Amino acid sequence: MLAALKTRFSDWLFLPRGPEPGAIELVQRRIYILPTRHGLCFAVLLVMMLLGAINYTLSLGFVLTFLLTALAFNAMLFTFRNLARLRVSAGRVAEVFAGEPLPMTLHLTNPDSRPRCAIGITRGPWPAGDSAYTDVPAGGTALLKIDIPTTRRGLLDPGRLTVYTQYPLGLYHAWSYVHPTVRCVVYPRPAAVGLPLPAVQAAQRGGASRRVGQDDFAGLRAYHRGDPPRHIAWKAAARGQELLTKQFSGEAARQVWLDWSQLPPRMAVEEKLSHLTRWVLDAHAQRLAYGLRIPGVQIAMAGGEAQRARCLEALALFDPPRAP
Amino acid sequence: MISPAISLRSTVWLTLALALVSAPHVMRLPWWLSGFALLMCIWRLYLARMRLELPSRWLLMVMVAGGAAAILLQYRTLFGRDAGVALLVLMLSLKLLETRTLRDGMVLAFIGYFLVITNFLYTQSIATAAYLLVCVWLITAAMINLQQRREAAGYRTQLRTSAVLLAQSLPLMVVFFLFFPRVQGPLWGLPADAFSGISGLSDSMSPGTLNQLVLSDEVAFRAAFADGAPAASHRYWRGPVLLDFDGRTWTTTARPLRNNIELERTARAVRYTVTVEPHNRRWLFALDMPGSLPENAIINADYLMLSRTPVTSRLRYEVESWLDYRIGADASPAALNRALALPQGFNPRAVALGRQLRAQYGNGPAILDGALRFLHQQKLLYTLQPPLLGLHGVDDFLFETRSGFCEHFSSAFVVLMRAAGVPARVVTGYLGGEYNPLGGYFIVRQSDAHAWAEVWLENRGWVRVDPTNAVSPARAEGGLAAALPQGANLTRSAFVTHPVLRQIGLTLDSIANAWNQTILGHNLEMQRALLYRAGLDDTTWRTLAILLIAAALMVTAILALFTLRNRPQQDPAVVIYRAFCGKLARAGLAPREGEGPNDYAARLARARPDITSAVHAITERYVDLRYKKISIKSDTYENFANACDGFACSTLATRPA
Repeated sequence: MLAALKTRFSDWLFLPRGPEPGAIELVQRRIYILPTRHGLCFAVLLVMMLLGAINYTLSLGFVLTFLLTALAFNAMLFTFRNLARLRVSAGRVAEVFAGEPLPMTLHLTNPDSRPRCAIGITRGPWPAGDSAYTDVPAGGTALLKIDIPTTRRGLLDPGRLTVYTQYPLGLYHAWSYVHPTVRCVVYPRPAAVGLPLPAVQAAQRGGASRRVGQDDFAGLRAYHRGDPPRHIAWKAAARGQELLTKQFSGEAARQVWLDWSQLPPRMAVEEKLSHLTRWVLDAHAQRLAYGLRIPGVQIAMAGGEAQRARCLEALALFDPPRAP
Repeated sequence: MISPAISLRSTVWLTLALALVSAPHVMRLPWWLSGFALLMCIWRLYLARMRLELPSRWLLMVMVAGGAAAILLQYRTLFGRDAGVALLVLMLSLKLLETRTLRDGMVLAFIGYFLVITNFLYTQSIATAAYLLVCVWLITAAMINLQQRREAAGYRTQLRTSAVLLAQSLPLMVVFFLFFPRVQGPLWGLPADAFSGISGLSDSMSPGTLNQLVLSDEVAFRAAFADGAPAASHRYWRGPVLLDFDGRTWTTTARPLRNNIELERTARAVRYTVTVEPHNRRWLFALDMPGSLPENAIINADYLMLSRTPVTSRLRYEVESWLDYRIGADASPAALNRALALPQGFNPRAVALGRQLRAQYGNGPAILDGALRFLHQQKLLYTLQPPLLGLHGVDDFLFETRSGFCEHFSSAFVVLMRAAGVPARVVTGYLGGEYNPLGGYFIVRQSDAHAWAEVWLENRGWVRVDPTNAVSPARAEGGLAAALPQGANLTRSAFVTHPVLRQIGLTLDSIANAWNQTILGHNLEMQRALLYRAGLDDTTWRTLAILLIAAALMVTAILALFTLRNRPQQDPAVVIYRAFCGKLARAGLAPREGEGPNDYAARLARARPDITSAVHAITERYVDLRYKKISIKSDTYENFANACDGFACSTLATRPA
């Protein structure tokens, strides 16, 4: 009963909004402010000083006490202002394997003519070990990085993050919750010791599966994210065309099919994915051309960074078909 | 919650700020503690600089225990003002050595603020206030530094932010200061040493008491006369009246209080306001003879005005005196007998002389004149350094050394009178005072301390006689400096005779007086007066509280508006470019959400080939201004704006059919 009331109250207060797309402006309604433990200590100090000033009839004691009281009021405005009207947007996130921390980047934009100092981010409601800080120059942008722990493969919602500040005096904690929409793909955790790669076939001349290597220039295709920079057709780019990637083929190229059915049938689904991930990494490391077959998905034989990313994403997002 | 470690810069900041706050205490602390605290500061800075480990908790514990024991030995207590401050400084210097994290740093800053207020226990002068304001500024800057969470933070930003924070806090502080209901302290028993070290008259007098006091340049009180001050020879400020003599020391015991003032007045009254510095005694000074009593004051049988409690803070009162008066004409025989008592076996030659005067002159007034004449004939020397006196002090002074200060003169004279059968007593107080024409008030310093005598004459009551005058008439007229021989070791203010220095001294004192009256003297009465002037005569604490809250809210609201108002940072290039986009938008070609200037230009070129060149020129210029590090001259933006304006008039108008 009490817990339910508490939840309702906190929902009303903190307005859980779910993931929000684009830049989030920290408007005043989104910002909460409370005294920190230091702030409460400061209040006790002020009361002590006031009692001392009264007891010893110290006029300057009153002056000092009132000056510090006013300072505390003023610091509240400063702390609030340090956070208000910041714009927060999520940057691109790198793909990671389950178990690795996901480095997430937030872009903070300061529309004001005052610099913002010591803006922190944390996943919990209060500053903790994962806190990171940055300053945002006047009218400028700064990055805040935070590691999101990952446990499972798939699409990860980094969840609600707390952007906060205690600047300038540390007497108040002003914070705002942001829940940016980001597409974070977490790859399956690669099996520690993989099964040996399936038999590597020599490429068949004129076969459906093109060998992909680095020996002979075979043509150009549109650039995919993750293609090695040395394969980019820089000359073409310099002419102002869009980025193209050079493709090569060679006699030495070998190819391999990474197939779900090659794994022991009694292996659990996640374990299978884990082994397939290991295979993809190994095949990529050996510069093989490879294709991937898993239930419902088939990725054609190819090589390079783009192929690695395609295969790993397919493994990450694999949804096992329901048993009939 | 993990508290992050603090940086070297923060450590240096905090250490320096706290050393500055403690600095005024150094003179008051035992030398070993000052040295120890300084050593700890240096040690802490050294450790921080070399990035070494801080000492272990055990070592610190031992040092805390040792330091506390040493303080206990020094002061015989751990409580009270002096020992408390010593303990605070000890703890602060040791806390410095275990300051690792942000939380420790905040604790240090808080102790620093508290140390500021302890300084006010000793002095509240303008200089102290200014110095400690600087300290508060630095401590606040150190706190900001702690919160900056960066190693490589410059010091200017913190100092500026701290100054801005404090400056913006001033209006609210003034509101609190004016309207916070002042409670009359103390709330609890003050420690015994709360007001020690305050100099002033005492309730006893022996040879050497006053000539020590007159070396002090401290202000005893200030007096402002409502209409015209009396002549210097009339400015006898009445202090403790001493009745009992043990052969060496004059004392007084608790004297009965008078219910009313019975004063036969013969001339007009003098009205004036006295602001007395705290002296931790009850007496309030007034010119001979007080005719009205200030609020909360009482008067004793010897016409000495008293406060109900010791004067531990600066006190202001208004009083009326009659310079021509008659008191005690109907004194009781018992009271007169007490004023005739002399200790047995002391000063035989003076007693014999007194009896001889009695035999020679017979009646009181004649004896009085005879005694003064005798003092004059003895060619007594008025000096600040009287020689030491033996058991029969008065005899030694009158017949052997023949040099002394006003306490010797008054004491010898009263002994003579008592021996001659004339009731007499010693009165201590102050004589004269320096007029400050800037502030229109008199400064009476400890160096104006004086002792004189009162004798009781038939039909005339107690009559003031100043035996010092018989020897050195200049004392009453020209003050101490005039009465003493050239080159006497005098205090600063009496010695300063150069007109410019004197003028500066008086200016400073009138500023100090204004400070005392308005800032330090702000109390419930002044709050009432302030509200009364504002048209509010109902000044209960409730009115004050309501006023306080209302005013505080108003000031905070204004401050909030000022602080939180929107001040967007605008690159002039953006403003101009936006205007340019606005014109295109009216032509139906608004930039899309998230479209960069180059993409936008490319799209415009496809949609309106006729304006391509103009759009490209403007876009290129905009991109240069906004994203390239190019030197911007005074007319750069103007040219850009002109280009955009020109675009609107000429190019866009020729819209293709």
